[in-house]
Amino acid sequence: MTDFLQLLISGLATGAIYALAAIGFTLLWQTSQTINFAQGEFVMVPAFLALIAMRWFGVPFVASLVLAILASMLLLGVAFRYVVVGPLIRRGVLPLVISTIALSILLKESVKDFYSAEAQTFPTLLPDTLITVAGVSVSLAQLGVLAVALVTIVLLQWFLAGTRTGRQMQATAQNPTVARILGVPVERMILYTFLINAALAAMASLLVSPIYLAKFSNGETLGLIAFVAAIVGGFNQVRGAIAGGLLIGVLDNLAAAYVSTAYRQAIPLILLVLVILFRPQGLLGRREERAV
Amino acid sequence: MSARNSLLIGLALLVLLALAPVDLNDIGVPYPGLRRYGTYILTLWLVTAIAAMGVNLIVGYAGQETLAQAAFVGIGAYLTAIVTKAGVPFGVAFAASGLLTFVIGIALGFPALRVQKHYLAFVTLAFSVLCWLVFRNEQWITGGVMGIRDIERPSFLGWPLRNHIRFYWFVLGITSIMTFVLWWIVRSPWGRAFTALRENPLRAESLGVDVRLYTLLAFALGSAYGGMAGSLYAPLVEFIDPSPFALGPSLLFMLMVVIGGSGTFLGPFVGAGIAVLLPEWLRAWETWYLLIYAVLVMVMMAFFPSGIVGLATRLLARKARS
Amino acid sequence: MLRKTLALAGLAIGGLWAPAGFAQDIVIPNIIELSGGGATVGAMWKNGSSMAVEEINASGGILGKKIKLEFIDTASDPGKARAAMQRALDDKPVAIFGPIYSGSVSATLKMTADAEVPQVIGGEAGNLTAQGSKYIFRTSFGQNVSMPKIANYLRDIVKAKNVAVVFVNNDFGKGGRDAIVKELAARDIKVVADISTEAGQADFAADVIKLKGANADAIFVYLNEEESARFLREARKQGLNKPLIGETTLLGQKVIDLAGDAANGVKGHVGLTVDAPVPAIQEFGKKYEAKYKTKPDHNGVKGYIAPYMIKAAAEKAGKLDGKAIAAALRGMTITPDKVPGILIEATWDDTGEIDRISFLGEVKDGKQVITETLPKLKK
Repeated sequence: MTDFLQLLISGLATGAIYALAAIGFTLLWQTSQTINFAQGEFVMVPAFLALIAMRWFGVPFVASLVLAILASMLLLGVAFRYVVVGPLIRRGVLPLVISTIALSILLKESVKDFYSAEAQTFPTLLPDTLITVAGVSVSLAQLGVLAVALVTIVLLQWFLAGTRTGRQMQATAQNPTVARILGVPVERMILYTFLINAALAAMASLLVSPIYLAKFSNGETLGLIAFVAAIVGGFNQVRGAIAGGLLIGVLDNLAAAYVSTAYRQAIPLILLVLVILFRPQGLLGRREERAV
Repeated sequence: MSARNSLLIGLALLVLLALAPVDLNDIGVPYPGLRRYGTYILTLWLVTAIAAMGVNLIVGYAGQETLAQAAFVGIGAYLTAIVTKAGVPFGVAFAASGLLTFVIGIALGFPALRVQKHYLAFVTLAFSVLCWLVFRNEQWITGGVMGIRDIERPSFLGWPLRNHIRFYWFVLGITSIMTFVLWWIVRSPWGRAFTALRENPLRAESLGVDVRLYTLLAFALGSAYGGMAGSLYAPLVEFIDPSPFALGPSLLFMLMVVIGGSGTFLGPFVGAGIAVLLPEWLRAWETWYLLIYAVLVMVMMAFFPSGIVGLATRLLARKARS
Repeated sequence: MLRKTLALAGLAIGGLWAPAGFAQDIVIPNIIELSGGGATVGAMWKNGSSMAVEEINASGGILGKKIKLEFIDTASDPGKARAAMQRALDDKPVAIFGPIYSGSVSATLKMTADAEVPQVIGGEAGNLTAQGSKYIFRTSFGQNVSMPKIANYLRDIVKAKNVAVVFVNNDFGKGGRDAIVKELAARDIKVVADISTEAGQADFAADVIKLKGANADAIFVYLNEEESARFLREARKQGLNKPLIGETTLLGQKVIDLAGDAANGVKGHVGLTVDAPVPAIQEFGKKYEAKYKTKPDHNGVKGYIAPYMIKAAAEKAGKLDGKAIAAALRGMTITPDKVPGILIEATWDDTGEIDRISFLGEVKDGKQVITETLPKLKK
């Protein structure tokens, strides 16, 4: 039982990171039909932006974190929107897929060639103090990840459901044509989703790097898992992505402990295939009209 | 271009390619022939192009996405390596590789194509990673991360293909046959149905084209091309391990087909050529070639999404008019 | 149309002939992992060998000729490594450096043997030297040499009866795992848990829980450096209080830097380390760090000694010829008083296996401490 709780909590903490990445993924898909194959790299890069601020320019730690988030929003939000996605948005899904695959190579190789091929330690806001309750040890850093991720998600949900801009964004996501007729500034809403995606990815990056180190290749697994989490949860619902992320985090740990460490990656993928076969709209998704 | 002209140009290219590794000084042409390495790279290009032709059938003609071509290449390569080491003739292994991957293609595609567009992409993504895990973990049959060493090159009608030029000719022969088959399919009523499909799905359906069946067969056939490419890859490299069959290389297959020009007949050859030869041209740049490749792909997608062949056709057409 | 296509094809094929280096210099191709899974390892090797070549060139080169290194990326893929090797061999080099991943070495070693060109490798898999090539030369212990030492350590010093093994599922980790399991069996030590992990794995919670339940006297950890650090952090968090025994990749300074306090208390056998109590190696470590702003690991040292091996062997052979250099290197002992760049006295046998002193050590207060120096196997 203790083991199970330990696995559950570790799984939730990792899962919260996946959820942050998966939310951005679904937002982009909904508003602009962008399947972002560079999403994992989006979670890898911000930590390096913070490291560059700290180590090259001597900016203090907290200020570097803020700078990293802002720079990510500029680079992975605005620039991604207008330079990479902009010219392709009306050309269908495939060219965008190809372009984001290339972008993922570009980001990964740039960090490797311009910064370092080595894993980097990353300072943490929260001390590595251990709390042990009933045999389950959790580090403060891990709890912090879970807390920050959950607060971010709650805030995002409130923003989407409770503010005018948020509702306009949802309208854009559901049906851009109708939204435009209703007077929603669709272009601006799409930009907002790109900004939110970049900010969420940056949060995930700054939360995950102190625990698991920052490395240029970190995005490879993260991107795949965010992708799987988004589909499993429901590609058209933010809460689906959250559930998908947490579920896969926990499932991965349980699979490694009780099934096989060698095939731990297989379990989420088998779940993915089952979901596609039996509940194609995702666990929490709603059915989409079949567009012809 | 008429069918006759296409065939003539194809034959001319074939003759040139066949002569590429031969020293022509003896017959008075000042051409030394490619060395071992050049021949090896050309063979690798042909093998890559076979798998890319399969992707092109799926992506360019049937309008689906496959993220598992490298996994199918892997299945063909492992099957061939394992059974030829057990004494089965190469021809049987080659046919079995094509058949097995065709059957897997049907099994994967049938359920996935019932649901929405893009779901085939998701299913192939999962399949690709699962295959890679099996290649890595089932050491008793695949050799695990240590791979399989000393895969023999086969004989063809009693003619041993150990020599690199002979093996190259052998692969060139197979590639020509497979290219011709695909060319014939694309020009058959079946292939024309795809063109109709791409241009107007509603009309195609109303004309009685069974969209789902055609798409399924295209996916299975495209995957089988991957399996057969794998069957040639194993004896070419004489060593296989799981790394070239992971998810990343599957994505690169998509990349090369779209860059070459998806839905065009020559696209896969051009795309495979760039993927195989570019690192060679940019060798002085060490790993920077990946940065350059990535930027080129993004620029290409932004300005010429129809790929190199599409661009070339447009330029030629403009020149012909002026 | 036809003429254009032909012109294009001609251009494409033309790219396959590359100029064969500069006439005056000796070009040594490094066929190493510069991208893909082995990029970190390849970067270290590249720095190390570049540094050695600069030193050699500054002091007159080899037999009066300067060396130029060429770096070719294998993308950590044996198929590409093979292609790169073919190209390199077409130019008839006097030696080849790399690859570092054992799989890529396995795929290329027959080619260098056929071409009679010495291949200085970074691979550590045990079976590489057992494939009959007379032309490969290791820069570090093969697992067939290092694992018996660890098994002895587990039996004689840790006095373990039950051992858990956690390894990374790549050719390095799997090779080491296979070798240690064999050695443990030969010493009547039981393997009570056998845990495979992924390269690049981040979360080790489940693996540590399995180890806690395994009831082992000691745990043998065979992961790459970063994964070692992540593992140690998690082990510390969950209070895993069994002796953690490992090789160079568990006790190195890099792991200590990445894992912090969690690295304290790990022990094991170290084949090659920049923290060795050998002044020449520590000197090398300082030079490397000053030049590349990062600490070297054993792959940096491996890359560094490779050019010096060729230099010593070529000077012994008296000519720059691959076959002669390989013949000179077989059975040769290179000592640091004659060739300072070799760092520690080393001997190669007929199969290319390296023999030199190694160390037993542990991590105390964030520092690697060497507790014992093991002598060379053969005097």
